[in-house]
Amino acid sequence: MTREYHQRLPRTWWLRRATYFQFMVRELTSLAVLAYAALIVWALLATGNGKSPAGFFDFLRSPLSVWLHGSVLMLALFHTGTWIALTPKVLVLWRGDEQIEPDVIAGANGILFLALSGVVWWMVMG
Amino acid sequence: MDRFEHDVLIIGGGGAGLRAAIQVARDHPDTSVAVVSKVYPMRSHTVSAEGGAAAVVAESDSLDDHAYDTISGSDWLADQDAVEVLVEDAPKEMLQLEHWGCPWSREPDGRVAVRPFGGMKLERTWFAADKTGFHLLHTLFQTSLRYDTITRYDEWFVTSLIVADGRCQGVTAIEIRTGEMRAIGARSVILCTGGGGRVYPFTTNGNIKTGDGMSLAYRAGVPLKDMEFVQYHPTGLPGTGILITEAARGEGGILVNNENRRYLSDYGLGEPLDVKDPNHPQKRTMELGPRDRLSQAFIHERAAGRTFQGPDGDYVNLDIRHLGAAKIKRKIPMVRELAVRYVGIDPVDEPIPVRTVVHYMMGGIDTDTHGRTTLPGLFAAGECACVSVNGANRLGSNSLTEILVFGARAADVAVEHALQVSTPDQKLLDDSLAAEQSLLAETLLRANGGGETVGEIRGEMREALEEGAGIFRDETTLKRACNVVADLKRRYEKLALADTSRTFNTELIAALELGAMLDVAEAISHSALARTESRGAHQRTDHPERDDQGFLRHSLAYQTPGDPRIEYKDVTVTRWPPGERIYGSA
Amino acid sequence: MPDQVLEVFRFLPDGDEEPHFDRYDVNYRDNWVVLDALNHIKEQQDPTLSFRWSCRMGVCGSCGMMVNGEAKLTCETFVRDYDTDTIKIEPLTHFPVIRDLVINMDDFMEKLPRVSPWLVREEESDLDQGEYRQTPGQVAQYKRFSMCINCMLCYSACPVYGLDSTFIGPAALALAERYNLDSRDEGHGQRTDVVTAHEGIWECTYVGACTEVCPKDVDPAGAIQMLKLSYALDWAKSFVMPKGSDS
Repeated sequence: MTREYHQRLPRTWWLRRATYFQFMVRELTSLAVLAYAALIVWALLATGNGKSPAGFFDFLRSPLSVWLHGSVLMLALFHTGTWIALTPKVLVLWRGDEQIEPDVIAGANGILFLALSGVVWWMVMG
Repeated sequence: MDRFEHDVLIIGGGGAGLRAAIQVARDHPDTSVAVVSKVYPMRSHTVSAEGGAAAVVAESDSLDDHAYDTISGSDWLADQDAVEVLVEDAPKEMLQLEHWGCPWSREPDGRVAVRPFGGMKLERTWFAADKTGFHLLHTLFQTSLRYDTITRYDEWFVTSLIVADGRCQGVTAIEIRTGEMRAIGARSVILCTGGGGRVYPFTTNGNIKTGDGMSLAYRAGVPLKDMEFVQYHPTGLPGTGILITEAARGEGGILVNNENRRYLSDYGLGEPLDVKDPNHPQKRTMELGPRDRLSQAFIHERAAGRTFQGPDGDYVNLDIRHLGAAKIKRKIPMVRELAVRYVGIDPVDEPIPVRTVVHYMMGGIDTDTHGRTTLPGLFAAGECACVSVNGANRLGSNSLTEILVFGARAADVAVEHALQVSTPDQKLLDDSLAAEQSLLAETLLRANGGGETVGEIRGEMREALEEGAGIFRDETTLKRACNVVADLKRRYEKLALADTSRTFNTELIAALELGAMLDVAEAISHSALARTESRGAHQRTDHPERDDQGFLRHSLAYQTPGDPRIEYKDVTVTRWPPGERIYGSA
Repeated sequence: MPDQVLEVFRFLPDGDEEPHFDRYDVNYRDNWVVLDALNHIKEQQDPTLSFRWSCRMGVCGSCGMMVNGEAKLTCETFVRDYDTDTIKIEPLTHFPVIRDLVINMDDFMEKLPRVSPWLVREEESDLDQGEYRQTPGQVAQYKRFSMCINCMLCYSACPVYGLDSTFIGPAALALAERYNLDSRDEGHGQRTDVVTAHEGIWECTYVGACTEVCPKDVDPAGAIQMLKLSYALDWAKSFVMPKGSDS
């Protein structure tokens, strides 16, 4: 059997294509979500059982906290965006012999997301 | 495993080969069957076929009508008993493919749809959009994967047939990946190797269409029948030669010259109907005439200066704009893709430049209606064979039908034969292998050649055939072609390869293919020289009339140490006495 | 006629330890595809250059290669579309290289049959009864996934396959879905084990590069996500209707 050449996958494979990079970012957003979940747990521990929440609220108002919340929001929105973009891949709908345009499906889901977000915003702020 | 041996060995993994393999595996599960192919089966040229496969299906249609269209289309050179088999078996083959999952295009009620095609009186061409060959091949290939009894030798190149005791007993083949040559013993061998369009310079055919099986049979003493009949398809893209399916005309496309005229009415193909007329396109009329006549018309138009001039030569326009984007997208989407990609034209907005291009070989290995050749144990089916169902000119969509019908039939008789003979002797296989290895070592693989290259010899052969044995030929041009080919064969002896590697040596394969092509070229030019009449795709300007007295016969080219010996055998006429080919009447 | 330099990956197992690149200068015609340039090189400059090709019209799937790092069918890729100094031609990534631009595709050929890519039926009806009825709408359900030419560009693009070659891969899974969605097929249940195995659909993390590179717009990524939904529902249903539930 003649020798074959085995092409090695470089460690930086994910930099070779925009799609790969976006994929890695999307996957890493799960870490952001995890980090925020940790923050929420900390918040519960810090403010439960009659402890003074003042220190915690100071932290919340700090620039670091704002930066943290902002970043996590951006990443979560990115993650949500990729999920909405994925919906046409699983939700294949037909009108007769023609497939409904993927953008329509994604768009509808996007609008639904915004609507639901609006409802939550109203409930929290109103 | 050192001993390679099967009951039935099929050379070629295209439509005919895979159909034959499935036939053996399904109906004779105790028979060991193998497919040897120089490419992976999905790459076989069946994949490029576009338009469809003909089979009678409508209430108003009949087997006799399909037969008559085929026989008249063949300019009466087809063997009528063979045509009767073709048209009778066709519908059940199409249904079998459907049952195997082929995605035939459908009518709204779920029945299979059929479209009009050239030379056919009624719609009977089954189609899968305009990628029929692709879908057919993949359906066959995927179905073949169900059968464990089918062994495959992918990317093995057969170099010779092993013949002993008056019968074919196997092959020698090179495993392309390693360069190792092996002998594969077989009780029956079926050649399904396709045609040889690549002997011409401008062809719809892919690289692999080099007539390998025709040459194998020829060298084993089997005659090649009707080789002079080479089909030029009327509509190939200039430059590349990529096929634009006849279906474009079946759906209503028209051909116009540089005066914007539908010029086919000047060639006895009837009168043009307006494209808006509900009866357009009219069957067997104008653009739905037979291919030989349409291609000949192009040559005449060119001579009269009525074709367009382009960077890749002359062309005429195929106009399908009036079909509308929706119909094009549904029925002939690949036509649009190909036009956009390869000539930068969107046929929804502009006509497609097209010109005549070598497409198919009516001729091939002489077989009977079951696929038996004159050599016991050797069978053939598909384009490499000549039964003959296509005679002097093939109708579009009969070839995909032919490969299925005769692939299956050849399989049955191959099994029958295999059961009657003994397994090949190991010593025979070993000796044949050794002999073939020495031959190769002394020729193509030797260290010092005579300065010839594959590319040069191949280029000159192609030029000679186009010049000498094109759409219109005469004695002078043909004699010259014969001489050039003979000279090239001598020069081929001096060929030695630059690539000395054993691993996947594509120069070696190309050289072996060139050897086969030279055999095919020789058979074409000599057969054409000998036929002093004009019939179908063989047009002699020095003998312009059809001569049934002298030539209602098939030519048979036998290899000799010198020029091939041409013999003749009568055409089988059953119920359709030779008549005139009439196109264009309502 | 304009000029273009091609840098082509070369590897000869008989002699080479490592691959190298050869540079070829090609005068090309405006309508040339990369395959034409390679053939020109083979015929005029270097007969030892090896690559696969056949139909040159994008339907046989033979001529897949990396062109400037992107998986392409070289018969559909035009030289004139590149304005880089050199065009780099390499064999399809993620496959072992036999020689030059020829890859070993055994793995792919072994995977394809695993998904039972044929029409599965409890009972095949007699041909005398005619065709299985299938409306144009029903054909449309699976048509797209039936267009795969087995060119393997998707395997080259898929980082999962690159990192773990046991992954059954986009084309094989798209073919499974082609049959699952074919109204004539009854093999959905039969394909469960292979499709839902560890190296099946669940190894796909929806990178989506396969769909991007597919020259025939098959959308294998879409097929895989649909398979995930379909087999996940099957799994859920199996709790509600544990016995006798097939497909």
